[in-house]
Amino acid sequence: MNLMAIFLGGIFVNNFVMAKFLGTCPFLGVSKKIETAVGMGIAVTFVMALASAVTYLVFYYILVPLNITYLYNIAFILVIAALVQLVEIFIKKSSPPLYQALGIYLPLITTNCAVLGVTVLNKTEGYNFLEAVVNGVAGGLGFMLVIVLLAGIRERIEYADIPAVFRGFPEALLSAGLMAIAFLGFTGLIG
Amino acid sequence: MNPGKIIKNGLLDENPTFVQVVGMCPVLAVTTSATNAIGMGLSTTAVLVCSNFFISLLRNFIPSKVRIPCYIVVIASFVTIVQLLLEGFLPQLNASLGIFIPLIVVNCIILARAEAFAAKNTLAASVFDGVGMGAGFTAALLIVGSVREFLGNGSWFGLRILDSSFPRMTIMLLPPGAFITLACLMALLNYLRGRGGSQ
Repeated sequence: MNLMAIFLGGIFVNNFVMAKFLGTCPFLGVSKKIETAVGMGIAVTFVMALASAVTYLVFYYILVPLNITYLYNIAFILVIAALVQLVEIFIKKSSPPLYQALGIYLPLITTNCAVLGVTVLNKTEGYNFLEAVVNGVAGGLGFMLVIVLLAGIRERIEYADIPAVFRGFPEALLSAGLMAIAFLGFTGLIG
Repeated sequence: MNPGKIIKNGLLDENPTFVQVVGMCPVLAVTTSATNAIGMGLSTTAVLVCSNFFISLLRNFIPSKVRIPCYIVVIASFVTIVQLLLEGFLPQLNASLGIFIPLIVVNCIILARAEAFAAKNTLAASVFDGVGMGAGFTAALLIVGSVREFLGNGSWFGLRILDSSFPRMTIMLLPPGAFITLACLMALLNYLRGRGGSQ
């Protein structure tokens, strides 16, 4: 039940982009086309789940025994950077088509604050291993949901007659604002 | 090298938030009040200046193949220092900024300045670049924070401006308010720039 609450909460109620403002840069930057938004969403979900698992092990089996937990930030970002690199090498060797689709997004993920954000949140919330991984997957899926929705909206309004000064980032931000109002409706859905 | 020009470049011509549109997460997340905005802006500026200084100092020693991990370690170290200082001396501010202090590590502005400026320029120029970009970022946060705090709570830096009987726009303090405020400010800037004759 608790896992279910974390899962649904991560996607809808505490959506990483809409409620926590994590991962806003790729959310605004890579949301011009639905296709690329889906690619980015899958890559982020994958890395978030993996990063949650690995940083949990690093924190509780390396940093805690050595009594250097205050270095968690440096350790986590290094783990994420290494992980992204490994994933990139692995996908390149094992599945060239997937690499074609995700390749360009992978390096960007290191500086996606949703990834570092989920690992820090797992730590501050005191989640166990399973909860941390579920939180990572849910966070990634929530990110994918909103980035694909925003890409859909932006594809629609591309040819709409809106004032010239609102073209570009302002229209994306306004669309995101209206989406955020819709997401407020999920407040209180789960505990 | 012209310090004035470098600082103006960061503050106006290449303002990280309104012109480059990088590092948006804190701009949207912690701007519920002007105080939070200033706290976040100054913390980021401190990290930016220190990391620019250090990376410029080491620019001839860092092999270019592993430069990004090196930059990240330098940045993460300064973020940890700032975080421990805030925890120790300003616990209240630290609590309200929460997760966004450790997340300064992944603020694109800092890595971008390390890569684009500090790695290629002299020590003094890099420090001024850090000050300029930091000031531009802080100014942007302060503007967004002031608008949201005024409309959402009728106050500025915690000082009451509107009478408490005046209806509040609570939505400005919630996530949608952040997106909408920034959208309107950017559109306003586009309008002013268009009128000034330069695109």
